[in-house]
Amino acid sequence: MEGNIGELGSAIGAGLAAIGSGLAAVGVGNVAANYLAGALRNPSAAASQTATLFIGLAFAEALGIFAFLVALLLLFV
Amino acid sequence: MEETAHEAVGLTFHPLDQFQLSPLFGAGGADYNPWFFSLTNATLWMAISVLGIFLLFVTATRSRSIIPTRGQSVAELIYGFIRKMVDDVAGHDAGRFFPLILTLFLFILFTNFFGLLPMSFTATSHIAVTAVLGFGVFIFVTVLGFVLNGKKFLGLFWMTDAPLFLRPIIAVIELISYFVRPVSHSIRLAGNVMAGHTVIKVFAGFAQVAAISPFAILGVAAIYGIEILVAAIQAYVFTILTCVYLKDALHPGH
Repeated sequence: MEGNIGELGSAIGAGLAAIGSGLAAVGVGNVAANYLAGALRNPSAAASQTATLFIGLAFAEALGIFAFLVALLLLFV
Repeated sequence: MEETAHEAVGLTFHPLDQFQLSPLFGAGGADYNPWFFSLTNATLWMAISVLGIFLLFVTATRSRSIIPTRGQSVAELIYGFIRKMVDDVAGHDAGRFFPLILTLFLFILFTNFFGLLPMSFTATSHIAVTAVLGFGVFIFVTVLGFVLNGKKFLGLFWMTDAPLFLRPIIAVIELISYFVRPVSHSIRLAGNVMAGHTVIKVFAGFAQVAAISPFAILGVAAIYGIEILVAAIQAYVFTILTCVYLKDALHPGH
């Protein structure tokens, strides 16, 4: 069992960063679920709010992408 | 370190190799030469997507017929879609910036879609490419805000409808969130595209184990379907956020 302690640390860090990606998935699901709940209550207003839906999805998802980027930086840079 | 990673996972190719830039003419890389200049595969695929846009929007709509041909109706569909989005999100007086937004949308859409072709190169997977787009939008919107509104543009940070003692705190938070915009704007696009393509290549790597290769092929097909969706959605998200930032510059009070 020989190895570089730095590589071990970056691998563990990359795994921890993957938790961030998973939490972003929760956030994206939350946005979509609440949009759907609102849209089913008032379908006539749903079409006008799709732009807001996508903006919300984008903001929630960006932070997950940041976590993914941290994992990539730890593993490959 | 990369060698050990290869051996440990057993991949004969690396999932990130597809993002390698390589010069089209001459051999760059061997010894560093700052004056070496060549077109790279990124340049080539950006040029191909510009050519695709030209074919769709100039050649296919040349006849300007009342009953549109297939190409013309696709072009009209995209035009109407983006036109409506600009009107809805950025306001009616943002119409004069519509050409910029349509150009951004088409460039990102075509680069994403051409990047999905096998053996091709995705220019939007590079932060260098998307950062130029993101920071370009950021600088344009900031300059436009100051030119149109002057000092009133700073009202974006100084919320007059908040209690006075909270305003400095809100101003700091708003300033930080304003300057993070171009970073998240560009990394979102590059990160999404890069992540999706990496996942495809990781699934493709599973195919060399005979027992799971059918599932690997199914996985690649499924992820590829999602990637087609992501390519369109990310182009849409990039342009819709451009519209949101543009609205802030046009009407900083709201």
